[in-house]
Amino acid sequence: MIKYIFKRIIYAIPILIGVNLLTFTLFFVVNSPDEVARLHLGNKRVTQEQITSWNEERGYNNPLFYNSSESGLNSFKETIFYEKSFKLFLFDFGMSDSGRDIKYDIKERMWPSLAIALPSLLVGLFINITFALFFVFFRSTKVDYLGVIFCVALMSISSLFYIIGGQYLISKLLHLVPISGYEHGYESIKFLILPVVISVIYGIGSGTRWYRSLFLEEIEKDYVRTAKSKGLSESAVLFNHVFKNALIPILTGVVVILPLLFLGSLIVESFFGIPGLGSYTIDAIQSQDFAIVRAMVFLGTILYILGLVLTDISYTLVDPRVRLK
Amino acid sequence: MIRFIKNIFLLSMLAVAGCSDKPLNSPYGDTEDDKVFYSSFQERPKHLDPARSYSSNEYAFIAQIYEPLFQYHYLKKPYELIPLTASEMPKLYYLDNEFNKTDNKSKAHYTKYILKIKKGILYQNHPAFYKKNKKYAYHDLSENQLANINTLKDFRQENTRELTSDDYIYQIKRLADYKNHSPISGVMQDYIYGFNEYKKKISKIKYGSHKERINIIRKSDISGVEKIDRYTFSITLKKQYPQFIYWLAMPFFSPMPWEADSFYSQPGLQKKNITLNWFPIGTGPFKLTENNPNLKMVLEANKNFRGEVYPSRKDKIINRKIIEHNNKKEVPFINKAIYSLEKEQIPRWNKFLQGYYDNSGIASDNYDQAISLNNSGDISLNKDLEDKGIHLTTATSASTYYIGFNMLDTVIGGSSERSKLLRQAISIAIDYDEYISIFANGRGIIAQSPIPPGIIGYQDGTNNYNKILYKIKNGTVVKRSIDDAKILLTKAGYNNGIDKKTGKPLILYFEATGAGADTYAFLNWLRKQFKKINIQLVTRVTDYNRFQEKMINGTGQIFQWGWNADYPDPENFLFLLHGKNGKVKFGGENASNYNSIKFDSLFKEMKNMENSPQREKIIKSMLDIIQNDSPWIWGFHPKSFSLSHKWVENTESNLMANNTLKYKKINNILRSEKINLWNKANFTLLYILLFAILIFIASVIIMIKKKDKEKIYD
Repeated sequence: MIKYIFKRIIYAIPILIGVNLLTFTLFFVVNSPDEVARLHLGNKRVTQEQITSWNEERGYNNPLFYNSSESGLNSFKETIFYEKSFKLFLFDFGMSDSGRDIKYDIKERMWPSLAIALPSLLVGLFINITFALFFVFFRSTKVDYLGVIFCVALMSISSLFYIIGGQYLISKLLHLVPISGYEHGYESIKFLILPVVISVIYGIGSGTRWYRSLFLEEIEKDYVRTAKSKGLSESAVLFNHVFKNALIPILTGVVVILPLLFLGSLIVESFFGIPGLGSYTIDAIQSQDFAIVRAMVFLGTILYILGLVLTDISYTLVDPRVRLK
Repeated sequence: MIRFIKNIFLLSMLAVAGCSDKPLNSPYGDTEDDKVFYSSFQERPKHLDPARSYSSNEYAFIAQIYEPLFQYHYLKKPYELIPLTASEMPKLYYLDNEFNKTDNKSKAHYTKYILKIKKGILYQNHPAFYKKNKKYAYHDLSENQLANINTLKDFRQENTRELTSDDYIYQIKRLADYKNHSPISGVMQDYIYGFNEYKKKISKIKYGSHKERINIIRKSDISGVEKIDRYTFSITLKKQYPQFIYWLAMPFFSPMPWEADSFYSQPGLQKKNITLNWFPIGTGPFKLTENNPNLKMVLEANKNFRGEVYPSRKDKIINRKIIEHNNKKEVPFINKAIYSLEKEQIPRWNKFLQGYYDNSGIASDNYDQAISLNNSGDISLNKDLEDKGIHLTTATSASTYYIGFNMLDTVIGGSSERSKLLRQAISIAIDYDEYISIFANGRGIIAQSPIPPGIIGYQDGTNNYNKILYKIKNGTVVKRSIDDAKILLTKAGYNNGIDKKTGKPLILYFEATGAGADTYAFLNWLRKQFKKINIQLVTRVTDYNRFQEKMINGTGQIFQWGWNADYPDPENFLFLLHGKNGKVKFGGENASNYNSIKFDSLFKEMKNMENSPQREKIIKSMLDIIQNDSPWIWGFHPKSFSLSHKWVENTESNLMANNTLKYKKINNILRSEKINLWNKANFTLLYILLFAILIFIASVIIMIKKKDKEKIYD
């Protein structure tokens, strides 16, 4: 197992370099350092002298990948790519272009993101599995057909509709929770109820259909037929046998997204005024803060790889037939 | 059962809300202080350092904390400067080329401002000022000391000190320091004597640590900025520049204690995002106690503030009752202001309607919900909002939006008669009345020239108007017709939009930014405007960076741009057409690269004059020149509409003054009453939902049991 994890970490390095290179190239193909400087310095009375000095201060005056004025290793080290992207491998995220410490900001902002994502995942999981089991129990009946139509209808509606509609109904008409905002500590609960409820409702359509298909796949297997021929009731077969066996793909599906929960949701955070990592990334893209964008892309890649490794490990834990080599 | 559910929900929500008597949807915790002002901000401020900050969303905060020498009178129109920390208006001396005083203004080479500040003004309490054994306790923090520090509040000790002239001098040096990236350092080097030399000197100095650097800055002086005594200093300008006093009223010229710079420059604090850029330190009525620009910013009354008297009602021009009550009362009237980050319009507007924000702007999406036009065409609030006691304040901004022609372009630019007539014809064809009505919800007034209302030289379109685009018909000023435009076009050699020289249709190019629905609607409209005189307009939509690049290189042909005034003087608008400010040649703000020798010489004469009939006459001549040359299509001056609830008092429109929070007054009893009335929780749907869930669960159980039995029998 340890050997496997070590191997995966080694595999992750070229992926990370590739992603970094791609982000870096895309960013600097679209924007030159001068343009980024101009955006940060504002629109009024900006002089070329200020742009040069801003670039120098942040190391954007160096060449992008290769510095021909230097020799040896320094010709690679004295470049924007090395300075800005290579240090990420040491988890040195550095300062944002607006002068704030990125690591500090990420630490601060991951908790509100998690505060929405975790309850949304858990409650959503419970509701989606319950609905899926219910529809599978009544499979090929009108209940099942109506359920599928209901799920497709839920999936077809834009997330913005749920957000605006939810805010209008729950907060504006019924006055039950605040429309938007956030407080730290346990006071955050009243601000989290609405985004969590909306995230759960939004996910019911796709979630239920996914779990329904997993259960249906499982219910066709031989052991189910055996159980039924033993005289077990439909509910006993479904809840005691099918459900347990279908937990393997469910668990692995959940484990893979667990690390990504830290990254937050872009739209939900923006509409509900939650100071999480989703809105942090969106703000950085809008203000062309490359330092934050590269740090978030790097973090996202690492968390995704971590999610995949955890999935592999979780397979070995829930399914004794699987061994990691 | 229903009562039980309701009680459970109420109890849980009360527990969450901290057992508050506030409505369940209140976004605020329980606060004992009733003098709180609630508002929102849409975009997080980038810089709170007065040397660098240069946008209105940043000024909304720092102008309440930092105090420059002068401020705008809150109630007077036209705008007037009065002392803030200064004890009097500056004394002005003219100096000849040997720095001797002279009364002859025409011989003056230098201008010297003697600036006196009030005695006894104290800074807010701050750890940077705290001394232990005569040494600053927090200026050299060790790793251990920093371990438990995460915000400014974690410093147990703080102190204050008196404001002195050194602090203003130190800030002017900071403006020159390239490290601070002050946007006005380029402007100031043209005016302040010795500023440029100091700037160069500082940029060359090598230093070991930030402390060393601060010491160097303190010890080296700008030749034109001299300390006279503890409360007096002087600034010498290289030329006459009467508008300089307006700069002295901007946050750039706020005092900065060197202790703050020394404290915040510690790398350990910077790693924790505790920097001068985020935690201001001033002498103003408020101090920033919570700075979380991703969530909320909290300003609290500065206990060390000396107090200020509300402006006299004798000065009041707009007749409003409320002023009488506050006469001679000390400001600030509120103890706290909470600004919440609200990025989206919909929640912001709804929270304002619920009473959770004391004021709000009107976004285009909410315009119809808020404003209606009566039969006589006057703007008024909708009945629903009026019934809520909301009131509307309108004011025309000291801004201008225009469509510019690149004067370096071979077709549309240049000083030839042909290109001038073409520009005039296009200017007639573009109907900005229609633009204002479609794209600005009627919130704007047609511009006759760059100068907006409230500023000397403004042309109102009735008594004074642009004679190139308008004419008198039946005693009223009307815009020239499309036929007139077509005649001009024919004279220019483009009869019916066909170039006489080449025989090909005239095609012009418009550079645009943004890719939203609004942009495309505007571009379609613009194409139709050009089509009126048979000119084909090709729109080139690009991102803002590419657009900037085209402007800098002068490769764009026609573009849209705008300008917000730094100060209420015509010079601040007419300089946008001054040849020496050309964007391509000099990197200035003259984006159309207009260059007229006559205009430039009049500009030079006008800019050094005090307001007078003679100055007005020169401005008129300058406007005649630019209106004839038409380097811009004179667009419009936007009107700002803002709403506030009945419980907010002293809501005057003063678009030049940024430090107006201190004048705001809140009637909290009325606010609480209304908020409770408007936000009563409605549990009906919750009951229905719970009932439906219970029914659903019960039916599912019954159905499962029934189906199980069926299977067994099968």
